[in-house]
Amino acid sequence: MASTEEILAGLAEILNEVADVAPEDVSVEKSFTDDLDVDSLSMVEVAMAAEEKFGVKIPDEELPKLKTVGDAVSYIESNPS
Amino acid sequence: MTTLTTAPRPAGSRVAGLGHYQPPTVVTNADIIARGVETSDEWIQSRVGIAERRFAMDETMLDMAEAASSKALANSGIAATDIDLVILATCTSEQQVPGGAATLASRLGIAAPGAYDLNAACAGFVYGLTSASNAIIAGQARNVLVVGSEKLTDYVDLFDRSTGIIFADGAGAAVVTVSDSARIGPVVWGSDGDNADAIVTDPVSVTLRQEGQTVFRWATSTMGGVAARACAAAGIEPSDLAGFVPHQANLRIIDLVAKRLGAANAVVARDIVTSGNTSSASIPLALSKMLERGEIGSGTPVLLVGFGAGLTYAAQVILAP
Ligand SMILES: CC(C)(COP(=O)(O)OP(=O)(O)OC[C@H]1O[C@@H](n2cnc3c(N)ncnc32)[C@H](O)[C@@H]1OP(=O)(O)O)[C@@H](O)C(=O)NCCC(=O)NCCS
Repeated sequence: MASTEEILAGLAEILNEVADVAPEDVSVEKSFTDDLDVDSLSMVEVAMAAEEKFGVKIPDEELPKLKTVGDAVSYIESNPS
Repeated sequence: MTTLTTAPRPAGSRVAGLGHYQPPTVVTNADIIARGVETSDEWIQSRVGIAERRFAMDETMLDMAEAASSKALANSGIAATDIDLVILATCTSEQQVPGGAATLASRLGIAAPGAYDLNAACAGFVYGLTSASNAIIAGQARNVLVVGSEKLTDYVDLFDRSTGIIFADGAGAAVVTVSDSARIGPVVWGSDGDNADAIVTDPVSVTLRQEGQTVFRWATSTMGGVAARACAAAGIEPSDLAGFVPHQANLRIIDLVAKRLGAANAVVARDIVTSGNTSSASIPLALSKMLERGEIGSGTPVLLVGFGAGLTYAAQVILAP
């Protein structure tokens, strides 16, 4: 099981790859859409990449609930593979 | 034991020519907004990649099929009277019975060909092309007309923000014939009926609705692999491709699948920008225009990847006519 820091770093890597987000901009309080400019379709890509990286399942219905980076980190932590 | 005689088989099949038809009425994103749909040009361009599309005001689905077919026949150099099989891929027939293929043949002056309609939604044209090629290789036909034609505006609620901004009308056609070498590669096809309800016509309103994100996820996660398998089946590398023509569903899907495939030397079809999503027509429409513009050299490999409702998919490499 990855630590919170590892999940955050992994998400930063994914966000950089998918949506060109600078890794230093990624922190738990940031909103995907409002702060990081990640739109709904890029979120689907982020979810697919996170599923692969962390071995979790992130269904489409969950995506609208993951508003901030912190929401995504807790989702991944509370749904271990 | 009795054995039956089989027809003589040619060495292969090839696409001899393509043609397309689009209705003259251009509908821009501003026109959609002017009709009162709550959307924006920026949203449509960034999420879907469409700037404008064509709506058929006077033409029927068969009118568009006929116009595209006439051009494909002219470009192929094969006479209508020599066509012995007509396959019409459509999911927007105006009538359930009869199918449109026989009427289309009659309008084109093709006498008594085998004729049938095929519904594999947005993958329909590639299913049709495969069926045409297989009929030829099995010695069951010599010259086949394959058409993708759709009047999606008959089945779209313009005010549904997930479909009204995307779907449009048009037609594309190809003539497939016998060849002394294989110029149409093996198909890689399949389906995912577990996700049948991701794109459906509503039983009551008979308009299309879709779960956009489910389709986006499915297409971006699986079509790259399907595309690569179609290249492998035809014995070529993605870097050998001169053209890549995926179904024109969404520019984001097109770009992602192209990136996953890594077809570095291919011209990638982006016809969605000015044509919208025309379902089974989108691939022959885009390819016909690319050939017309001289973007793809004759005899060079082009990968076609269709995917859509069903869910269904089919991919195949052809050598350009
Ligand atoms: C249809 C599609 C463009 C919708 O995009 P999406 O990001 O999934 O849209 P969502 O419904 O999740 O909505 C995301 C946001 O955009 C808004 N929105 C949805 N449609 C909109 C539109 N037409 N115009 C403006 N805003 C729109 C929503 O209200 C939502 O805003 P909110 O986050 O503030 O609530 C997209 O999912 C898609 O193209 N998927 C692939 C479908 C496909 O290829 N189908 C054809 C297969 S043959």
